[in-house]
Amino acid sequence: MATTLEPEVKAVGTRRARDTRARRDSRAGVALVSPTVIVVGVMVVLPVLWALLLSFQRIRLLQIRRLDLIGGEYTLRNYDLLLSSSDFFVTVRTTLYYSVFGTLGAILLGLAAALLVRRSFRGRALVRGAFLLPYVAPVVAIAFIWQVLLSPQLGFVNAVGTGILGWDEPIPFLSQEKGNITLFGLSVGVPTALLMVILFEAWKSFPFAFLFILARLQAAPADLEEAARVDGATPTQVFRYIILPQLMGVIALIAVLRFIWTFNAFDEIYLLTGGGAGTEVLATQVYSFLTARNDVGASAAVAMFMAAVLAVVLAFYLKVFGDRERQP
Amino acid sequence: MNRRRWNRYAIEVAALKVLRPLGIAFFVVITVFPFYYMVMLSMRDISAVIDAPGQLLIGLDEITSDAYERVLKPTSQGGEGFLRFLLNSAFLGLATVAVTIAVSILGAYAVSRLEFFGRRTVHFLFLSVYLFPAILLAIPLFVAFSKMGLRGELWVLVIVYVAQTLPICVYMLRNYFETVPVSLEEAAEVDGATRLQIIRKVTLPLAVPAIAATGLFVFMIAWNEFLFALLFLVEERQNWTVSLGVSQLTNIETPATTLMAGSVILTLPIIVLFLFAERLMTEGLTRGAEKG
Repeated sequence: MATTLEPEVKAVGTRRARDTRARRDSRAGVALVSPTVIVVGVMVVLPVLWALLLSFQRIRLLQIRRLDLIGGEYTLRNYDLLLSSSDFFVTVRTTLYYSVFGTLGAILLGLAAALLVRRSFRGRALVRGAFLLPYVAPVVAIAFIWQVLLSPQLGFVNAVGTGILGWDEPIPFLSQEKGNITLFGLSVGVPTALLMVILFEAWKSFPFAFLFILARLQAAPADLEEAARVDGATPTQVFRYIILPQLMGVIALIAVLRFIWTFNAFDEIYLLTGGGAGTEVLATQVYSFLTARNDVGASAAVAMFMAAVLAVVLAFYLKVFGDRERQP
Repeated sequence: MNRRRWNRYAIEVAALKVLRPLGIAFFVVITVFPFYYMVMLSMRDISAVIDAPGQLLIGLDEITSDAYERVLKPTSQGGEGFLRFLLNSAFLGLATVAVTIAVSILGAYAVSRLEFFGRRTVHFLFLSVYLFPAILLAIPLFVAFSKMGLRGELWVLVIVYVAQTLPICVYMLRNYFETVPVSLEEAAEVDGATRLQIIRKVTLPLAVPAIAATGLFVFMIAWNEFLFALLFLVEERQNWTVSLGVSQLTNIETPATTLMAGSVILTLPIIVLFLFAERLMTEGLTRGAEKG
């Protein structure tokens, strides 16, 4: 009797042990992850939801002491005012120029830098470290370095321009909205300040693209290139037909991340131009609505508009590249 | 045909031989020169800079530390009070690192090791948080802390920074934990160790290099942060961070040399930490390789 029962008892016992083990793991998992979830929930998720509610209310900063959390009158006025103002679309356009060209510049510079230091040479580690400087240095410091470098009175760039290149007068790079470049007798209008903040963004972020592209390059198998070279492919052909196709995945990922972060960027433009001279972007507008106009509702509406644009961009990326990535 | 292709090949190879060092030099100049310019300007006299803005070398007799003295001296002695800002930034950075690392170790361990309800959702949520505009988050937090009358407090900013850096920390540590073999933990479990004991005695000692690298990363983010410091602290001068202090130096009377001295003080700790972190990361990697 006892001998026939034993295996059954054992089976029930192990299943029960496995059940309690799984339950114990599950409970431990929830317990260990809960501090993270609570902090992110209270400091990120709830505030974002609240910002959504704020964007549908007429709230000024001076009234916030009397403000209650959820209550208040809901209205579409903030969005109405935004979408009916032509200034808003100018800002949207500037933001898009800034994010698209800033991203493009960062990727091109990063790609060039990665290809240059791909093969080893003496001092390569040092050079690699130097290339990362613009990305790790505090944004406040590098923005002011650029400001001083580009200053019309004591800036190095203008000193070289007027002293050596023969410019008639110093160019106020960060406060000039429209400039003219004369090339071969042809005069072209240039949005000077916007061009400068785009250049700054490309310069500051290229190390990010550089790191990712370099890592991908070093993981690429060497035999493909070797075979192409044996077949007589020139370096540009090897790049165009062998290397570039392997990099497209990582470049797409960098493009979407950099676009999102540049689209959100506030510090760079606020510090370089304060949003003046035709460089006002959505992020600086949110800030000035909040602090200068004390209009909480309107600033929340602009911020929500930004989030909506990013959601569309992200959805597009996941739809186009999401499936491709899962393939080996 | 064959000869023409060979020609193109030879031309391209020859061109690359010249262009590669030129290109590397170009990138070294554009990345290093602005920092060189900052250091050089911070040690010059402002009137000398205005006289010769194009000058790139500085004579030994020309070097002055006036700008640094002005920046570091407390306001009561006519300075800008940066010593105080350095302490504020250091406190903010260290407190953020301590809290973030403690919380994210637990979270990352759970996400990488334990099967629990909502595991995948949690992970996705963390990453999507990282892509939200900081400025969108700034509005409700600004309003809420203003309403509570806590906006100028440094510890409030610590909480904000912890929330901002937690998702990326959990992500980085999780990636590391997944490379630590589970068999080690199972052996400890057979010996009767509890879950917390396993984390403390088995997983953490193995993850020390990864935790150090993540901590340095968080410190750099907190030290460099500008938007929230500006929004929350600008009215409380005694609580300013170095970033905020430098950004407020830009009124007309502040000479560019002072601005650059402030920027050097702001940048130097980060560059030093960065050099340190790079080595730490490679050390962590080689240590892992030695063990197979």
